[in-house]
Amino acid sequence: MGGFLAQILNGLQYGLLLFLISSGLTLIFGVMGVINLAHGSLFMIGAYLAYVVAGLTGQFWLALPAAVVGGLVFGAVLERGLFRKFRQREHLDQVLLTFALILLFEEARAALIDNQFHAVPVPPALDFSVPVIGGFAYSAYRLAVLAICLAVAGGMVAFVERTRIGASIRAAAENSEMVDLLGLDARLIHTLVFASGTALAMLAGALAAPLQSVYPGMGDGFLILSFIVVVIGGLGSIAGAFWAALLVGMIDTLGKVYLPEMAGIAVCGMMALVLLWRPSGLFSRG
Amino acid sequence: MTRLSTKGHRWLGLGAALLASMPLWAAPYYMQLASSALIAAMFALSLQLLTGGAGLVSLAHAGFFGLGAYTVYLLGGGSSVFVSVPAAMLLSGVAATAIGRLALRTRGFYFLMTTLAFGQMLFFLFHDTSLGGGADGVFIARPGLIWAVTKSARPTVFLLLNLATLSLMYFSLWKLMGTMFGQALAGIRVNEDRMRAMGHDVQGLKLAAFIVSGALAGLAGHMAALTDAFVSPELLGWHRSAEALLMILLGGLGALHGPILGAFALTLARELGQSITERQRLVEGVVILAAVLLLRRGLAGWRQ
Amino acid sequence: MRRRAVPAVLEARGLSRRFGGLVAVADMTFTLRPKLAHAVIGPNGAGKSTLIDLLSGALRPDEGTIHLNGEDVTALPDWRRARAGIGRSFQRANLFSTLTAYENVRLAAQSTTPGWRLIGAVCDDAGTWDLALSALEQTGLEAVAEHPAGSLSHGQRRLLEIAVVLAALPDVLLFDEPLAGLGPEETAPVVKLLRKLASTHTMLLVEHDMDVVFAIAGQVTVMVDGRMLESGTPDAIRASAAVRDAYLGHRS
Repeated sequence: MGGFLAQILNGLQYGLLLFLISSGLTLIFGVMGVINLAHGSLFMIGAYLAYVVAGLTGQFWLALPAAVVGGLVFGAVLERGLFRKFRQREHLDQVLLTFALILLFEEARAALIDNQFHAVPVPPALDFSVPVIGGFAYSAYRLAVLAICLAVAGGMVAFVERTRIGASIRAAAENSEMVDLLGLDARLIHTLVFASGTALAMLAGALAAPLQSVYPGMGDGFLILSFIVVVIGGLGSIAGAFWAALLVGMIDTLGKVYLPEMAGIAVCGMMALVLLWRPSGLFSRG
Repeated sequence: MTRLSTKGHRWLGLGAALLASMPLWAAPYYMQLASSALIAAMFALSLQLLTGGAGLVSLAHAGFFGLGAYTVYLLGGGSSVFVSVPAAMLLSGVAATAIGRLALRTRGFYFLMTTLAFGQMLFFLFHDTSLGGGADGVFIARPGLIWAVTKSARPTVFLLLNLATLSLMYFSLWKLMGTMFGQALAGIRVNEDRMRAMGHDVQGLKLAAFIVSGALAGLAGHMAALTDAFVSPELLGWHRSAEALLMILLGGLGALHGPILGAFALTLARELGQSITERQRLVEGVVILAAVLLLRRGLAGWRQ
Repeated sequence: MRRRAVPAVLEARGLSRRFGGLVAVADMTFTLRPKLAHAVIGPNGAGKSTLIDLLSGALRPDEGTIHLNGEDVTALPDWRRARAGIGRSFQRANLFSTLTAYENVRLAAQSTTPGWRLIGAVCDDAGTWDLALSALEQTGLEAVAEHPAGSLSHGQRRLLEIAVVLAALPDVLLFDEPLAGLGPEETAPVVKLLRKLASTHTMLLVEHDMDVVFAIAGQVTVMVDGRMLESGTPDAIRASAAVRDAYLGHRS
């Protein structure tokens, strides 16, 4: 029973990490109309950043603000330098350009660090187990990840739902011409959305580093899963991404434990069912 | 899609003749290299029906290629090509029917994402389960042909076999693009909504293209398994689909023979890159940037 | 009363469509009778284009039914309605600009070829060829048949837009502002063609040019805010005080 509860919590926490990645992805699709296959690589970069920061300073916690700030800067640079120009291109060009980014990011990782697996130690302050119910105890770090993800998700929803800029982001996610109509600087909105999406993906990578160690190509699996989340949730929908991420995270985690051969297939099967039932996603307005 | 004139076909024929004469003058290594370029060309050509033909960008295509390859393994060594070719095309075609029916319910970004996910589902099927002999891949003992091929004759035999298969595939697609079906696909690529308003069954036409293209990718995968006598889940990975798209773009999106040029150019670039640097991803990344940013019309010079 | 005896080719009953809170088309009921041009006029935003989208199947109605030759086609998607005999043109030229005029028309002509026969059929089989050529002849475009649609003059593109509709041999023609954006000289050949088609086809014509409407149409419906304000013969509409107040008055 305790084991099952632990898996449920693992699934929840995995789903929330997925939400951090896919919420940025869905907004970038919706607002900018750009497909970014390299979004999983941003997750990988965040994880390696945590590995490097923790290794150099001995302070894992420094990696989290580093990932957020670094992500905002890196994302803004990528948007201004590259993605702004990709927007007008055909899908085929976007696919190949962002595929090239994956290759180049991986190559840079190999050149700067190496091609090995590296464990990132759990921060000592949280390296213990917390009794949850009865005799069942759960990793304190994992609980902290849960809490941080929930706080970030809550903050993001509040920002998107409550603020003026958030309102225009929502409008733009439904109809990219809306930004112009609202009289806001569309280019600023694009940079903001892309930079936040990058920061979220890198933060997720940094948080995940102690849980699963860092390794080449680690962003690939997350890329596929976050695509599935976006398809299930509906393009440009934050609420859709949230519930779909929890669903996918739960199925993937429980699947890997109880039906290890079928986990990957089960998640795709989920997506097939959603496509049959509601081709434009569970939370789309269309 | 633009089809080659008689003059263009003379050039393609000349290239084919050059490849066919390789056993007379080339070392086995280069014949094997030519074989892998021919297989890559078949794979990219099969995708060209979708991408250049109907304007669909699919990332599931490597899945069909891999299914065709694994058919050879699943049938067991020693089975005749007269069994394994139809079996590979049938299996890939059936998978393409199922995936196409679902993925074609979506358009644009959604189509990209769903094909990527379904392609990976096929990858997981062979990577995570024991169905295909495991995650590291397996060798195929005595890959089937009609007759037994000695080890020393393999490079020659498979070079000629792959050349013949590619020629047949190219000729069939060339014919197909000249039919009403090919014209209708071209119409869908340019203006899907108008095609629908005219009374064309756009969904049906796209699905038909998806199935034919998947079955042909299965044929390419089948030839790959025979040639290399080895299959691994990597064959189904989505990076391979992206590479096929790269070959199409490199060769020329608007030309039926573009993917053939692209496949040979990419194989050549990799081979040259390998002699300069060990950083293969860097080479490929730079080739992509060059293809997308500089060489927009492709080697064939056609985009529309 | 006399018209009642003639069976309707197309019949719309209670058609309505809303976008969010906005009512685009409300409770439109009318019939299209054979060999009669039925013009729909009204100010911008009256819902005329939405009405054409509802009839052609590009949009689904929230309420109401559409019958074509007595059969209910409300549930059919656009391409099935096109095959059933509803042909439409677009307000903004919506052609295959990289293909030649002939190829544009041929695509429309081959849409009647069923499914798998497409793969076997060469592009220029006799039936398709005849249909395509006849559509080009009717619109006077034979001379530019081999020119890419994108290179044609604006007036020729409007004619090609109509040729594409004719090539599929529809029972009902839905024309959405076929004169949009044309100068006086370019208008004349299109009006001449419309007049000719009005005598041989069943037609619904959305048009702003009142002279053309009153010259061609046998029946005129006035739409305002998605509703039918008035419907009748051109003379009756011209005489209607309500129409003058609501619509015609604004224009002069």
